[in-house]
Amino acid sequence: MRVLVIGAGPAGTRCAVRIAERLPGTEIVLAGAESALPYDRIALSKVLEGRAEVGDIITHPVGVLRAKGIAYRPATRIVALDCVGRAAVTEKGERVGYDACVIATGSRAARLPLPGADLPGVLLYRDLSDVLAMRRAAMAGGPAVVIGGGLLGLEAAAGLAHAGMKVTVIHAVDWPMERQLDAEAGAMLARRLGARGIRFAMPAKTAAIAGDGRAEAVLLADGTRIPARLVVMSVGIRPETGLAAAAGLAMARGIVVDDQMRTSDPAVFAIGECAEHGGKLIGLVAPALEQAEIAAEAIAGGATAWAPRTDSAALKVSGTAVWSAGEIAPADAEVVTLRDEGTDAYRRFWLREGRLVGAVLYGDTDDSGFYLNLITSGCSVAPFRAALAMGPAYVKVAA
Amino acid sequence: MPARAAISATCTEVEATRTTCPYCGVGCGVLARPDGTVAGDPEHPANFGRLCSKGAALGETIDLPGRLLYPEVGGKRASWDAALDAVAEGFSRALRQGGPDSTALYVSGQLLTEDYYAANKFAKGFLGTANIDSNSRLCMASSVAAHRRAFGEDIVPAVYADLEQADLVTLVGSNLAWCHPVLHQRLMAAKAARPQMRIVVVDPRVTATCAGADLHLPLAPGSDVALFAAVLARCADAGFAAPGMEDALAVARGIDPGLTGLAPDAIATFCDWFARTEKSVTLWSQGVNQSGAGTDKANAIINCHILTERIGKPGASPFSITGQPNAMGGREVGALANTLAAHLDWSVPAEVAALRDAWGAPNLAMGPGLKAVDLFRALGAGTIGALWVMATNPAVSLPDGDGVRAALKRAPFLVVSDCTRESDTVDAAHVRLPALGWGEKDGTVTNSERVISRQRAFLPRGGEARPDWWAVAQVAKRLGFGEAFAWDGPAAIFREHAALTALVPESRRAFDISGLAEISDADYAAMPPTRWPVASRGAPGERLAPAARFIPTPYRGLAQPGAPLTLLTGRLRDQWHMMTRTGPLPRLMAQAPEPELTLHPDDAAGIADGALVRLGNAQGSAVLRARLDAGQRRGSCFAPMHWTARFCVGARVNAAVLPVVDPISGQPELKGAAVAITRYVADWQGFVLAGAALDLPAAWMARSPMPGGVWRHEVAGEGDATAAFAALRAALPETTGHWAVLEDAVLGLHRAVLLREARVIAVVCLARASDEVPRRDWLAALMAEEGITLAERRCLLAGEAAEGPPPSPTLCACHGVTVGRIEAAILDGAEDVAAVGAATKAGTGCGACRPEIAAILARAPVPA
Repeated sequence: MRVLVIGAGPAGTRCAVRIAERLPGTEIVLAGAESALPYDRIALSKVLEGRAEVGDIITHPVGVLRAKGIAYRPATRIVALDCVGRAAVTEKGERVGYDACVIATGSRAARLPLPGADLPGVLLYRDLSDVLAMRRAAMAGGPAVVIGGGLLGLEAAAGLAHAGMKVTVIHAVDWPMERQLDAEAGAMLARRLGARGIRFAMPAKTAAIAGDGRAEAVLLADGTRIPARLVVMSVGIRPETGLAAAAGLAMARGIVVDDQMRTSDPAVFAIGECAEHGGKLIGLVAPALEQAEIAAEAIAGGATAWAPRTDSAALKVSGTAVWSAGEIAPADAEVVTLRDEGTDAYRRFWLREGRLVGAVLYGDTDDSGFYLNLITSGCSVAPFRAALAMGPAYVKVAA
Repeated sequence: MPARAAISATCTEVEATRTTCPYCGVGCGVLARPDGTVAGDPEHPANFGRLCSKGAALGETIDLPGRLLYPEVGGKRASWDAALDAVAEGFSRALRQGGPDSTALYVSGQLLTEDYYAANKFAKGFLGTANIDSNSRLCMASSVAAHRRAFGEDIVPAVYADLEQADLVTLVGSNLAWCHPVLHQRLMAAKAARPQMRIVVVDPRVTATCAGADLHLPLAPGSDVALFAAVLARCADAGFAAPGMEDALAVARGIDPGLTGLAPDAIATFCDWFARTEKSVTLWSQGVNQSGAGTDKANAIINCHILTERIGKPGASPFSITGQPNAMGGREVGALANTLAAHLDWSVPAEVAALRDAWGAPNLAMGPGLKAVDLFRALGAGTIGALWVMATNPAVSLPDGDGVRAALKRAPFLVVSDCTRESDTVDAAHVRLPALGWGEKDGTVTNSERVISRQRAFLPRGGEARPDWWAVAQVAKRLGFGEAFAWDGPAAIFREHAALTALVPESRRAFDISGLAEISDADYAAMPPTRWPVASRGAPGERLAPAARFIPTPYRGLAQPGAPLTLLTGRLRDQWHMMTRTGPLPRLMAQAPEPELTLHPDDAAGIADGALVRLGNAQGSAVLRARLDAGQRRGSCFAPMHWTARFCVGARVNAAVLPVVDPISGQPELKGAAVAITRYVADWQGFVLAGAALDLPAAWMARSPMPGGVWRHEVAGEGDATAAFAALRAALPETTGHWAVLEDAVLGLHRAVLLREARVIAVVCLARASDEVPRRDWLAALMAEEGITLAERRCLLAGEAAEGPPPSPTLCACHGVTVGRIEAAILDGAEDVAAVGAATKAGTGCGACRPEIAAILARAPVPA
């Protein structure tokens, strides 16, 4: 059997490896658009901060892939998919036939349609090449602006600050990571990052990027001008679905898949950020890896259904641990708060009908798995509610 | 002088001063050193070296927090001259405007005899009013009245040794184990030596005293007369007869023993024991006295002893025990509104005339004045123009507490002499006079067995504090009576007092200490404990067997009718009166850190153990923590009388006690208020731990010290808990530090810990119910530490360590032993109180906790 995996990100690589393990002897082609070996995208911030080099984040050296019978094709962009002929066409015109195909093209970073958005010195924060470009820019120091105070934007800001740049984060709402954090945790995070030299302009709207031949400043809607030798846009991601759409696969915002991650073509699967399951896209690595496992199993003849788990998110900036899961600050939920100003630790929980529906951990995220389980399982926390915030050591539930 | 006089008042080799404990009426001898170390005086006849938990802690109370050290006029510090001028002016104004009876003194069983004497002489002799009453009115006025009715004079026939020599000791209305612990220890030792000795406890409640008793008679509150009527009848049936018994016996036979609510066989057993036991001592205390029928109760007891001719014989006597250290001294000098001086009596014209001459007091008051309750009623009605309160806190101790507080606030001129500034009564004073504290005073006290002991100074006077007698003399001088108050020290006063006791020899008063009237200053300084009468030098008194007469005692029930429960009040083991001295000591506060109301579970009506309850009636109310105890008699409840607004806002039980008094003695019925119990619906309750005693924004608050300088504040209130939580945190004096906070508004859970570096500075915990707040003792212990570990920090808001044994309350105050350690020792095989003591030291100090250790042993599971 021939399997083609399009996209060598974490999901695509995981899927290829699992297929190789389950179906020895299968001809597996793993086609990646980037020239690098499969790497840990989550660890890009380490590279940015200079705490890791490219080699350190490679997850699958070519020898390992080869030993598993996976033909890794770096810098191989697939430009067309012939579902009828069961073959993909590379940028260079090469046809790669398949019995089963897995699309794992992920997403691309959104670029704001701002005046000056195309100027040199304006970067996105998505892949290794973006990060290496940012590192090069940072070496010269000076002011930088990160547009977008989400998870990735803050990672970028922290990395640039660590590398010696004077960073301002421009964020549209009152506190950073508003999708993952409530206002208080967001404020704590902004304070912590502020102590590390990162300034915040929020709430603020970016109007334009100014510069003569290259980015020199960011202009805010209120007229403020923030000098910037480097501008990083981190304002969200869009599923990378062009290939699938052109091939005529059923599309919504992403590539529509069933519980086995199968697209409208039974021979074609889609996993990760490009796939849309039950009307929902995913944006985190953990469910993407789960989907990779599900697709591999389906190709191997299994039929396990993927059930979306509660999203949880963790910010990985050295010296700052932030984790959240479930619903953040829903208006109709009951609130439990634990706060230690001295150690800058904070936990907030949202409950509905005696069940944990959302949690934010700031500072000490050791118990995140415990809370994720409570949210996912939907079990009643009423019997130990008073001790809930203290963590599993204090929750004595009859087994 | 007896041989003991040769012993110096100070034991030179240890530099200890022989003095007397300032607490209860046992009057134990104490060896005290200026560094605060105290020990029982092995040579004192009251205690032979023993001390109770309070006495053993005396050294720790020398540094009284909130001491009043300087005179104050109008709330401002003043010189003694200015303050005394103000007092003189206030009293002369009242004399001018309203005459002698618009002036009054309210004094205390805490005064030394010499202070008492000076105050009484000043009031009755020179102000010309008998409006001087003592807080002893609340303590043993009924016994005084009963003694005077039966013996014609206020005479206590017995001595402590009688308790050891008796074959039957009946304790009536006396929780001797807690209220007179050293006497109880002597009794227990005697019982251990002679197990055939029988002890009967007559008390509506199961108290710690019951642990050592052969029979407990949980009679209905106030029904003592019915029980002793039955005893009298049974004794007569057994053949005892005495002249004059007919009326009393007829009345007794007409009383239904069933009024006691006791089982007929229990009554029969007791009557039998009493009738058959020649050596029988009946000891009573406030359970008898603090009653609308207190005098009749005491006479009902005395009647039984008259009939069986058991008065003043070895091991056979009625025996009234006083609550205060010098109630007896007050009785001796006559510092009560209905007594004159030195057992002299207004009803004997020759005695009045002799006293007038002796004092040189032409204005001598010619009849009884206002007793305590009436005195404060008059104050409230505006007929008292000047009042001088000494060493007592009527704002808390009197019935109708709210009315008394209002009267004090309205007083036209109020002088308060006290050693503490921290008293609800001192707050209201126009002039505050700093009195000497224990260890600074010099004079005499008389204990319950008529032994006069010296209280000697072993400390320098605090600030500008002066003796009360001196302040009285100075005011008298300013009013023009200087000549009659020209004493140069307490010895001179004592001599004058002693001389009065033989003023009218033909009266043949038993109280005659004229043998001491010529005592030299040096002999007074060295005076050993001396029992009166002392008609001549070197002939100290022994038992007294006065001629006695029967008093018919018709049955009267409680004077406060209505509502479902009868409120009994009383003392705690480790507290003294209004807690001024004992309250600030953590190990004395540990037994009962907040005011509790003990209820029988059947009367709880759904109120849970540990819930806050309001007890009250039409007159007033108080909020306390409910403690359910099957040892409480159904239909009654018990609350300690110690709590003042200083330590607990809203727990003054006397607010709900009506000012009804015994018609003969004027003693208020402090045990017997009719109250209803309702759940105190607090929207939030919990505690605040801080490094100081704080005023906190809470409708109900109980403060108590904990080890390590921590103050615990139990709080409760109504309204929004989140707002209350914020207000409590804002009320803390600390401004620096970091808060660790846990909040669950829907659950009503609010916890906060203030930390500075790794040190716990304060804790605030609120919840809906009392059992939802974490352990105070564990958190307080962390506060006492230099710093806490990171692991402990994580546990702070949980209020417990994730693992390990929970903290445990202290039981043995002397050695700081917790219930947990005692239980562990029992688990390790300690089978009796002695073994627990050997393993943990618990119960080996004052011994007052031994009954409670026995109770833990009793409920401990038998090892398999």
